Amino acid sequence: MSIFPEINLFGLFSQLLVGMINGSFYALLSLGLAIIFGLLRIINFAQGAFYMLGAFGAWLSLQFLGLNYWWALLLVPVGVGLLGTLLERTLIRRISGEGELYSLLLTFGVALIVQGLFSKWFGVSGLPYQVPELLQGGIRLPVMYLPTYRVWILLLSLGVCLAAWLLIERTRLGSYLRAGTENPQLMKAFGINVPLIVTLTYSFGVALAGLAGVLAAPVYSVSPLMGSNILIVVFAIVVIGSMGSIGGAILTGLGMGVIEGLTKYFYPEASATVIFLVMVLVLIFKPAGLFARAA
Amino acid sequence: MNAATSGAVTTAKLHIQNLHAYYGESHILHGLSLIVRQGELVTLLGRNGAGRTTALRAIMNMVGRRIGTILINGVETLSMPAHRIAHLGVGYCPEERGIFASLTVEENLLLPPAIQPGGMSVDEIYTMFPNLAERRRSQGTRLSGGEQQMLALARILRTGADILLLDEITEGLAPVIVRRLAEVLEQLKRRGLTILLVEQNFRFAAPLADRHYLLEHGRIVEEVFAHELDTKSSMLNAYLGV
Repeated sequence: MSIFPEINLFGLFSQLLVGMINGSFYALLSLGLAIIFGLLRIINFAQGAFYMLGAFGAWLSLQFLGLNYWWALLLVPVGVGLLGTLLERTLIRRISGEGELYSLLLTFGVALIVQGLFSKWFGVSGLPYQVPELLQGGIRLPVMYLPTYRVWILLLSLGVCLAAWLLIERTRLGSYLRAGTENPQLMKAFGINVPLIVTLTYSFGVALAGLAGVLAAPVYSVSPLMGSNILIVVFAIVVIGSMGSIGGAILTGLGMGVIEGLTKYFYPEASATVIFLVMVLVLIFKPAGLFARAA
Repeated sequence: MNAATSGAVTTAKLHIQNLHAYYGESHILHGLSLIVRQGELVTLLGRNGAGRTTALRAIMNMVGRRIGTILINGVETLSMPAHRIAHLGVGYCPEERGIFASLTVEENLLLPPAIQPGGMSVDEIYTMFPNLAERRRSQGTRLSGGEQQMLALARILRTGADILLLDEITEGLAPVIVRRLAEVLEQLKRRGLTILLVEQNFRFAAPLADRHYLLEHGRIVEEVFAHELDTKSSMLNAYLGV
């Protein structure tokens, strides 16, 4: 056994692609978390459940309403966003100002209930969801085989992340979000309806999770536990990028996906822990996160 | 605007009666009553802890419980959510200035939505505060203290607010900036704006104000008109401890 294993390009690029796909999901989910934490100081442990609901939304709307993938891609995030509105208006609003830990406990509890119900109704073994016809097949490149659907995931999630980033960093509505993060009380004094913005932000953040869920349905099986599996990693990513940094969440999500993919190739035993290792290092050397904004 | 201003000098823009305000358990305002009429510049003087900042925050519904009456343009606001109060024409400049670090100078300037017509245009504001124009792309909190104060003030001039609540705008600033702020307040007065000014710097406030209220222990203890300043100066000094 040599110290430097011979590099198998096909394997390396395949793992790199898998890493970028996972990274796309990390980016979408951590973006939602960062938006919600940034403005609302809510640690939204229900984000994984909303992701799962997105995947189930796609599956259920196909089974019972006959809506295909494209309709699901359009409608399910809206539906998931509305569930978020309901949760924010009925439960989360009641604990606003009670501290971040309460929001963590509340949303964690909600996530457990939703997961439990779906496990009871659908079992935990996972349900299949077909890749839409238009996106089946793939492209054979010299170094790898590129499945079309994976390219689609990458392009769509990058596009959505970029759009969300532009919305937040470059528009007037976005300046409300950023300012509301810093000083919601002063925003109210300026005549801005902060409670409405809070609801919209929460709904938008969880709608991103719903979208990620629909995207994930054809590649990972649709399972009640899919959300809780990915959520812990996503939280680590948000911590690495810095809580509440939008660009940080996106770049860290993608970057960590890639690092995870490379680790799978070079040292597979560590692939499940490498992100947490990075998190530990970041917490030691730059505790505010890699993308913390200077005050 | 000028006709309306001169014709309605006696209209109360802000009328507070027997206001009590609390932060949690602490009772800060004890039956505060005051009136600010159209086009007036009125100061709230008093020692630290007298309740001057709380008075402004209470008007904006930024404290805990409030009891009493606060009429803005004749509208009772005590049960109004905080975000609706600005829309009655109120612009608030907090003591800590409240410049947003995550926003550029220009984004800070454009942040408060226009609440009624008659606000200054961005060009007019940049003419009034040329420093802000030069630094419009900078992060808001990278400005000097004086520039941040100009920005905090400029921000509410754009919205069309015609009742300004200004909290300690000269605090910690160099004399040259304080003089500039005095000029700006003169201009705003000429435009017919109504201003309630919380001020520590009596030498800054005295030549600008039409009237002064002296606040102690959360209530008004004395009202002094500009023309009475000479005769009442010893009393004022006793209260302010200067």
